[in-house]
Amino acid sequence: MKDERVLLAHGSGGLLSQNLVEEVFKKHLSNPHLDDLLDGAVLQLPAKNIAVSTDSFVITPLFFPGGDIGKLAVCGTVNDLVACGARPLYLSAAFIIEEGFPITELRSIVASMAETARLAGVKVVTGDTKVVEKGNADQIYINTTGIGVLESKFILHPLRVQPGDQIIITGPIGDHGLAILAQRQGLAFSTPAVSDCAALNRINSLTDMFPGQIKCMRDPTRGGLATVLNEIAAQSQRGMVVQEKQIPISPVVRGACDMLGMDPLYMANEGKMVIITGPEKAGQIVCQLRLLKETAGAEVIGEVVSEHPGMVLLETELGAKRILGALEGEHVPRIC
Amino acid sequence: MKTDPDYKNRLLEAICNTIKPAALMEVCGTHTMAIARTGIRDLLPPHITLLSGPGCPVCVTSQGDIDTVISLVLNHNITLLTFGDMMRVPGSECSLQEARSQGADVRVVYSPLDALQMAQNNPGREMVFLGIGFETTAPAVAHTIIEAQKLKVTNFSVLSLHKLVPPALETLFADKEIKVDGLICPGHVSMIIGLKPYQQLAAKFHQPCVVTGFEAVDILESICMLLQQIGKGQARIENQYKRVVRPQGNPIALKLLEQVFEPVEARWRGLGAIPGSGLAVRDRYANYDAVRRYGLIATEDRSVKGCSCGSILTGKISPPQCALFGRACTPLNPVGPCMVSQEGACAAYYRYAPMKG
Repeated sequence: MKDERVLLAHGSGGLLSQNLVEEVFKKHLSNPHLDDLLDGAVLQLPAKNIAVSTDSFVITPLFFPGGDIGKLAVCGTVNDLVACGARPLYLSAAFIIEEGFPITELRSIVASMAETARLAGVKVVTGDTKVVEKGNADQIYINTTGIGVLESKFILHPLRVQPGDQIIITGPIGDHGLAILAQRQGLAFSTPAVSDCAALNRINSLTDMFPGQIKCMRDPTRGGLATVLNEIAAQSQRGMVVQEKQIPISPVVRGACDMLGMDPLYMANEGKMVIITGPEKAGQIVCQLRLLKETAGAEVIGEVVSEHPGMVLLETELGAKRILGALEGEHVPRIC
Repeated sequence: MKTDPDYKNRLLEAICNTIKPAALMEVCGTHTMAIARTGIRDLLPPHITLLSGPGCPVCVTSQGDIDTVISLVLNHNITLLTFGDMMRVPGSECSLQEARSQGADVRVVYSPLDALQMAQNNPGREMVFLGIGFETTAPAVAHTIIEAQKLKVTNFSVLSLHKLVPPALETLFADKEIKVDGLICPGHVSMIIGLKPYQQLAAKFHQPCVVTGFEAVDILESICMLLQQIGKGQARIENQYKRVVRPQGNPIALKLLEQVFEPVEARWRGLGAIPGSGLAVRDRYANYDAVRRYGLIATEDRSVKGCSCGSILTGKISPPQCALFGRACTPLNPVGPCMVSQEGACAAYYRYAPMKG
């Protein structure tokens, strides 16, 4: 299939579709459930609480430093399941492909999905491909739906958040947003901006290790850390105070954001988690997180308080306190 | 720049120990944002106030010019390429974003060279780049026009709404209603224009001026420098941002500006028409001038009911004093440009509101 492109016929269900499934999807994602090529997968799940999550991925550029749309499509749904306190097990994957899309690129995307799924311990068990006429989609869109199982009896929910709880971020923020922006703008920095795109399934062991301590988790993707904290504050009707100087930000993100007039607190992350935990074990949880490569930069960044319910305050490095609002509208670079 | 944490505290202490009241103005949107983000305003004693000036290029674009842009995309078969910040600025009838939803072809680009590239990739389509920004942005646009001519790209032009900072400052200081005791001068703009334009301003209007960087400690240091000048009755230009700004500015960028653009009268929101404060494309690049190419004529400024952006841009009122602020006008439903732009004073006050009590 060298130099070949996706044709409308690849999505028609005929022989070409079968070829594509065999030579691209099955080849990389193979597992007993998928290989049967039935209309759906029949799965045996433990008799525990089950989490389901779905997400669609549309991103330009498709390939960026630190990842690609395939890796992102697996990590995004895996991380959403992790945020529910679940161990991710299975994924579905649906592709909407623009006619003329190079099959070599599709192959790399699917290979990347396969590798990411393998590392995250999930299997892609069912899928779908549609091809739309040129101009009716931007290259390729991917939807993944995931199923995970909750090992712990404690359900994670913002309503469990209490005053005194500690707010943890699992590492430096803003890298994904900057990597995408830099790629789109053709910006080069002396240290390149690399997306943090990563599956966080290993965090899941913490819910077992510290039963009941973790109250709520959420991955700060679009809208960034500030927006996610506001969501949790609003849903829990608790206040939060965050210390600016505790928030980990890499020098390249800090420097580039200063230059572009962007705020890292509102920039997207694809491999980070906000964890709200009881105060007793917060230190130990951070220590455990730091043992894992993908969460090595974990820090306690603030505390849940009983005052100003629904509102997040930021204590700036100068010691001033200001409201840290959710992102409104779009976050774009300045002109000046 | 000193990074010692105690240094910030010592600067704050020095500011708090100043006796003479002073109103300082920052004329750079990035400073406005940095001041709000770091909470500096909240840490200053009540007798030292910070006002926001006409430092946001999107905000100072006149209503008439915005309407001209919108009529260009609605009435001509062209693609408009613009920085993202312009998309949501309300025109009298609609914003560019709304025009796009009505079928106008408006696309966001991140640099003028991207716009030129896009024109090269679509030779059958007329593409217009919307040139907005001060001395910082304009040299890259000048460079792009030169490149377009070199590459013989015929379907590309620029609608230049670029503006120059020094003439606006002059108009501002000449206004007796505006009470400013010292100027926090822009870092990025000064990197291009150097210190000379401020020397003249400082002398003519007896205004202390300090070119300032964008870190919290830069701004605090600059405030201290201004207060010292005020205390001694001095009015001169000082450079706090020496690590970036050279006294002579950037001669290469200035030469590019001179080569491609000529100063013309421009309309500023809040300040009105100011001679020599805009940049029009010179005759020798006429083919790349959207004004000539599409026979654009200036649209009359229509005021937006209740919007105080004009007074905010001249430091006459602060954003929370506008009746619409945070109620009828929010970043999601902006009435005026100061609430839209990443550098707008209203957006800065709204996004980074201090915690009271």
